[in-house]
Amino acid sequence: MTEVQLHALAHARTGDKGNRLNISLIAYDPAVYPLLVQRVTEAAVAARFAYRKPSAVKRYELPNMYALNFVLDDVLDGGVTQALNLDSHGKTLSFHLLGLRIPVPENLVKYAKLAPAKS
Amino acid sequence: MVERMLIGAGAGYSGDRIDAPIAVVRDLRASGERAAIIFETLGERTLALAQLRRRDNPNFGYEPKLKALLTPVLKDCVEGKIAIIGNFGAGNPPAAAKLIADLAAEQKVNAKIGVVTGDDLLGPEGLEVLRASSNELPDDKLLVSANAYLGAAPIVEALGEGADVVATGRVADPSLTLAPLIHAFGWGYDDWHRLGQGTMAGHLLECGAQVTGGYFADPGFKDVPRPEAIGFPIAAIERDASFVIGKAQGGGLVDRRTVAEQLLYEVHDPAAYLTPDVTADISNASIVELGSDRVRVDGITGHKRPDTLKVTVCYDGGYIAEGEISYYGPNALARARLAADVVRKRSPKDIRMRCDIIGVLSVLGDDTGRAWSDLDTFGEPTHDVRLRVAFAGSDKALVERGLQEVEALYCAGPAAGGGIRLALRPRIAATSCFIPRSAVRPKVEIVEARS
Repeated sequence: MTEVQLHALAHARTGDKGNRLNISLIAYDPAVYPLLVQRVTEAAVAARFAYRKPSAVKRYELPNMYALNFVLDDVLDGGVTQALNLDSHGKTLSFHLLGLRIPVPENLVKYAKLAPAKS
Repeated sequence: MVERMLIGAGAGYSGDRIDAPIAVVRDLRASGERAAIIFETLGERTLALAQLRRRDNPNFGYEPKLKALLTPVLKDCVEGKIAIIGNFGAGNPPAAAKLIADLAAEQKVNAKIGVVTGDDLLGPEGLEVLRASSNELPDDKLLVSANAYLGAAPIVEALGEGADVVATGRVADPSLTLAPLIHAFGWGYDDWHRLGQGTMAGHLLECGAQVTGGYFADPGFKDVPRPEAIGFPIAAIERDASFVIGKAQGGGLVDRRTVAEQLLYEVHDPAAYLTPDVTADISNASIVELGSDRVRVDGITGHKRPDTLKVTVCYDGGYIAEGEISYYGPNALARARLAADVVRKRSPKDIRMRCDIIGVLSVLGDDTGRAWSDLDTFGEPTHDVRLRVAFAGSDKALVERGLQEVEALYCAGPAAGGGIRLALRPRIAATSCFIPRSAVRPKVEIVEARS
């Protein structure tokens, strides 16, 4: 097993509605999708966002799109019209999820995108 | 009988690139196909800001960039029979129609402008409906706007009366796209399968470049060709409601990744994406790359629409103030932290307050400061940080008092703080509720512009 950031395996985007945030997590390669299902659980995401103390985390699976959709309740300090946060939409938080490190079996390591060479 | 229609997106929000519609209209016109262009310019609070402008001057209250957006494309669209549909009417669709009529006359084109109203519920009758549906609304005197999300039907009606341009207020974003499809293909209002697909085509278009490489680039991981000149999206929708997403000429890209991100954007349960027109279902959607920046989305369907309509209510949200100060060099983080502590001890206790340290923890924390106990664990030690303190409250004097404590850091705070910036502004707060569909009566009028 090798530890890899989700950023090497998947991409993500957030959307906000009121005090609720959704984060999509989309595998670059279909082969990685089962690993995301196994490792990026509701509990793992709740722990990752502990500083925001979500009241609920719900995960939806979209196997045909190799994607997971997470819905986090009450993490936006009241949402875009109430929050004191600089990023009141929570737009930056997709990359906080992508910073999560998960163990990757050796046969899947080849799907991890390594950091690009500096030009 | 028309078998296919192209719909392009000219704007995905009020602050969008002003020149984007030009390439979209050029490509739509060159195609020779039946076509429309949509402009989505209404965020949650945009409408409340528009209402405030209308209170100041009854001729205002529509999208401030409306003239700049339409001037380069209006004549081409009317002559090319490309319908323009936008929620740029914001808080005052009739005033938007007047501006468009004047613009048409100036450009020497005859145009019919459809005006959709009825979303505004701030009158006595509307307020009664709202109060009956929710007991969490603020006092009447604090209310700034209350608008129901209308569906596609009134836009379809305006197009049926020959409108070249349709100006609406609050309408569900995907309805801007669904309406010209219903008009062109005659889909039934209970044809949930097709309405679901048309709605998700609209969902993919409504944020403009967000499906064609905007809000996507992550250098070395997700690269975007010519991000400074992204071609906005154009969808080709068939009579059977299957569709392909493409884009106008220019930079950007359309592939499985861009479409997947946007398909799930602001979606909660993928099996139940609620709009006034349909409950769209993307739980079995799959994305097929056709090459050359063209992507088909299969497997979308729809179910019966909700019985209620969503209403966004905006009200006076008091004041928000922000103060910032920089610390640089050895021990910068400790000095910034101490400054936050000093401000916290000296500012009024009965207003909300929050601190961030830009360069270390500018967005991840919450208002309670839960993350501050671990501040030293965020990234490498940094020599360049900026303390940000935000206050909010209904009492302007108290919020100003808090801000003053940031300013006082110059002479009385930790060593060598610099670059203080202070800002205070009034704030609009928003909440939403759901009302019976029957309580809202959309109205359609046609304004004729003759050159």
